[in-house]
Amino acid sequence: MPSKTTTAPDRSKGNAGWGLKAAAWFGVLYLNLPILFIVLYGFTTDEASYSFPPPGLTTEWFAVTWSRQDFWDALALSVQVAFAAMAIAMVLGTLAAAAMYRFKFFGKEAVTLLILLPIALPGIVTGISLRSAFAIGDIPFSYITIVLGHATFCIVVVYNNAIARLRRSSPALIEASMDLGADTFQTFRHVILPNLATALLAGGMLAFALSFDEIIVTTFTAGQQETLPIWMFRQLARPHQRPVTNVAAIIVMIITFAPILAAYYLTRDTDDVAGSGK
Amino acid sequence: MTAATRSLSNNLSTFLYQRPRFVLILLLLPPLLWLGIIYLGSLFTLLAQSFFSIDDFTAQVVYQPTLDTYARLFTATNLSIIFRTVMMAAVVTIISGIIAFPLAYYVARFASGRMKAFFYIAVMLPLWSNYLVRVYSWKLILAKEGAIHWAVNALGLGPVLDWILTLPVVEGSSLSTSYIGTTLTFVYIWLPFMVLPVQAALERVPRSLIEASSDLGAKPNETFRKVIFPLAIPGIAAGSIFTFSLTLGDYIIPQLIGSSRPFIGQAVYQFQGTAGDIPMAAAFAMVPIVIMAVYLTLAKRLGAFDAL
Repeated sequence: MPSKTTTAPDRSKGNAGWGLKAAAWFGVLYLNLPILFIVLYGFTTDEASYSFPPPGLTTEWFAVTWSRQDFWDALALSVQVAFAAMAIAMVLGTLAAAAMYRFKFFGKEAVTLLILLPIALPGIVTGISLRSAFAIGDIPFSYITIVLGHATFCIVVVYNNAIARLRRSSPALIEASMDLGADTFQTFRHVILPNLATALLAGGMLAFALSFDEIIVTTFTAGQQETLPIWMFRQLARPHQRPVTNVAAIIVMIITFAPILAAYYLTRDTDDVAGSGK
Repeated sequence: MTAATRSLSNNLSTFLYQRPRFVLILLLLPPLLWLGIIYLGSLFTLLAQSFFSIDDFTAQVVYQPTLDTYARLFTATNLSIIFRTVMMAAVVTIISGIIAFPLAYYVARFASGRMKAFFYIAVMLPLWSNYLVRVYSWKLILAKEGAIHWAVNALGLGPVLDWILTLPVVEGSSLSTSYIGTTLTFVYIWLPFMVLPVQAALERVPRSLIEASSDLGAKPNETFRKVIFPLAIPGIAAGSIFTFSLTLGDYIIPQLIGSSRPFIGQAVYQFQGTAGDIPMAAAFAMVPIVIMAVYLTLAKRLGAFDAL
């Protein structure tokens, strides 16, 4: 029998009924089981169809993917675009959040709508708008046009995270800092920024993810260049070496898993408390 | 820090403190310029394009304001494309809500510690991993020779599935070429966008409110119906903005999984691409904008903007 000295159950949380638990688990399995199929089919010997169970298992697709320069080019471009979009979105999103939190002004609602719009309107609208604008302005498609599109819909993610944290933090802290003689910059540096940092980081990582994933807007703004999603989409149309796409996906999942964990541990302490809102 | 820089920073600080308008402009101008020029500018370009038309013989855009393109938009074929897409977006949003709510509720109210970490990651990981490959994963699963057909046949239920696939709206030769497949994939892809705002809304419900409700004699399910659920509605509305809008504009999922009957996204894509009819593509792109404008107005009334 295990000793009873282990951590006491968190009584404030109560117990869920089995129906609720089952429904919650159903949701989680629905969200995650398909990913296992991606992994499984990365090892299949069947490169032309999707037969289940796989006729045989092999690791050769990892070597094939590794030697494909087009895969590395696409990965590199996606990472560069995502970092650039993330950086722009973090600056603009934070500025917008600070302004919206700190001030009341005429047209505030319109500004909220404007920030929200790029993600509230379907991606294809953003994509085709940008494309027609680039066409009329005679702007050639490049790395920059991809970043322009991505940063636009990433702003809202950073903005949301930053403003949520600002609303949650107490204005008394800022007043106390000012009362104790700190100027605006010192207050920002020593009070607001540490308070905001984890939310910004989490927002930045979401922005990175959003950009890294994007294919709908990118198709319209990329021209000849291939980001990883576009590379994969074209890869799907090729009848041979299908598992290469799966191997690429496995690599992407491994790379992105660490930041997700990091984001969670960074924001956990502040967000875990139920009812800690305004 | 030297005395000189300190006093400079002090002076600047005081200067800014006395001019809040100036600070507001300083903060708001960069994001507004970006969104105003790049985003709104593009949207207006698109809007303008929709009032031009294309010359049938030369296939060149005629830069003269006309409503011809909009007149051509409302044909029976296009209306059925719009209807099909809106129905799909509605069904996907409802199913996402039904699956997301218990998950979000369980995580917000009952899970703690490691369990909560596990569930958080289980929702975030699919959000992070490649969109396209996750769509592709359903192509693997739903294919005629894939896992679901295999499992159903192994259970001896093959004829039942075949019968379902012959039903009027569903019709398809396998799950991956039927609306069932398209719906399952859409829900799978957008589900995290529903779970996260709902969970956030539920976590904002103060525990004291729930305790007060039970102190005042409400049974647990009464508390749920009258206190918790109403407070979760802004979260649901916020999540539905994403599921609805993302479904309206997606052209990858219906292209890879489902029948060949087109959705709005595919129509727009084809008009601007293969057909080269930019005005028509622009006019067609106005359809989801109008639909989302109506939808956002409704969602705003439910408090969605505060729950984002």
